[in-house]
Amino acid sequence: MRESTVMKIHYVTGLAALLTVAVHVMMRVITPFSMSLEYENVVANYQNILYSLLLESILILVSIHGFNGLRVMLLELRQDAKWEKFVMLFTLTAMLVVIGYGTRTIIIVSG
Amino acid sequence: MKKKFLLARDTSEINLPRASDDTSDIVLNIYRGGPNQKPENSYDSYRVPVSRWTTVLDALIYAKERLDSSVAIRYSCRMASCGSCGMKINGIPRLACYTKISELGTHTITCEPLPNFPLIRDLVTDFQEFFDHHKKIQPYIQNLHPDPSIDKLSEFEQTPQQVDEFLQFSYCIKCGLCYSACPTVATDTKFPGPQALAQAYRYFADSRDDAVEKRLSIVDDKHGIWRCHFAGSCSKVCPKGVDPALGIQMLRSHMMSITKKPKKRLAELRETSREGS
Ligand code: SF4
Ligand code: FES
Repeated sequence: MRESTVMKIHYVTGLAALLTVAVHVMMRVITPFSMSLEYENVVANYQNILYSLLLESILILVSIHGFNGLRVMLLELRQDAKWEKFVMLFTLTAMLVVIGYGTRTIIIVSG
Repeated sequence: MKKKFLLARDTSEINLPRASDDTSDIVLNIYRGGPNQKPENSYDSYRVPVSRWTTVLDALIYAKERLDSSVAIRYSCRMASCGSCGMKINGIPRLACYTKISELGTHTITCEPLPNFPLIRDLVTDFQEFFDHHKKIQPYIQNLHPDPSIDKLSEFEQTPQQVDEFLQFSYCIKCGLCYSACPTVATDTKFPGPQALAQAYRYFADSRDDAVEKRLSIVDDKHGIWRCHFAGSCSKVCPKGVDPALGIQMLRSHMMSITKKPKKRLAELRETSREGS
């Protein structure tokens, strides 16, 4: 994939993450803050399909944006082919693991 | 910083033009040594008489001619045209021939080699890597698809507006000051640097050039144009008024499809010029 395409994805996911996190924070304000973190309320939130989808999209957007940011920083540290390959594999695997684990949590709690 | 003062030998028989009455002395600290020297012990100090118009390069030449001929400096035109006298003067990358002592507002001038360049000796650095980056972006006009309907050779005509698109970037003298001020170059040796990227924009914006995709694919790399953090220090230090940071952002905005290339087909231009003549 061309670097410009990767960076387009990076900027778009960054903006979209900002938007979805803003919606998420706004939704927390619907109930008093202390109540919003009570066990029953949290589980109830997960069981709302729209809320679960919102959480899933935050998870995916932040993971893509964050791990690509990490890749960019690591690439600037050293410049050799082996390191570049390692950085690529490491960030891609870490991103998939985080998305996979987070999705699993969302599915278990909402199920 | 260990300083060693070297005083001028008697210069009375040497018939050099003496500075006017308003001369004063400055202390010129010059970085001495090669690539493997420890920086803390590497400065020699010289007392140099200067007048109102003395440039840092004049002071360095005075020190080399009269006080210590072993000082290594590189210069040629003495008029900010060749780009060979770049160095760090009182902490900022500048051209020695374009920096007057009086504008620095101090009597202590410290000259160091340009950062981000391998050191050869004293104030002389190796520009090979810098020029390699420049060459890599193919800094020349390419007309890959000439109009076959035109059988006669004619000039490449441009409107003043088309010239304005790239003019400021063509003032670059390849002095490397922007490259030495760039924080990304300091960490990423494969990053082309502000000079090469600004030149990529210079040819991209030129209506006579049509190697757009070819050139963009060179800078669209893991270590290419996207690694610019927009620190803007390149534009601050440029002695020729070029704004490399602007060129980089313009090229990036095109690659993000925010702006389109303001290019007219060459054939259309030639058609207009033929009609006019
Ligand atoms: S852009 Fe300016 S600072 Fe950079 S090499 Fe060209 S003239 Fe020198
Ligand atoms: S000597 Fe040519 S630019 Fe300074």
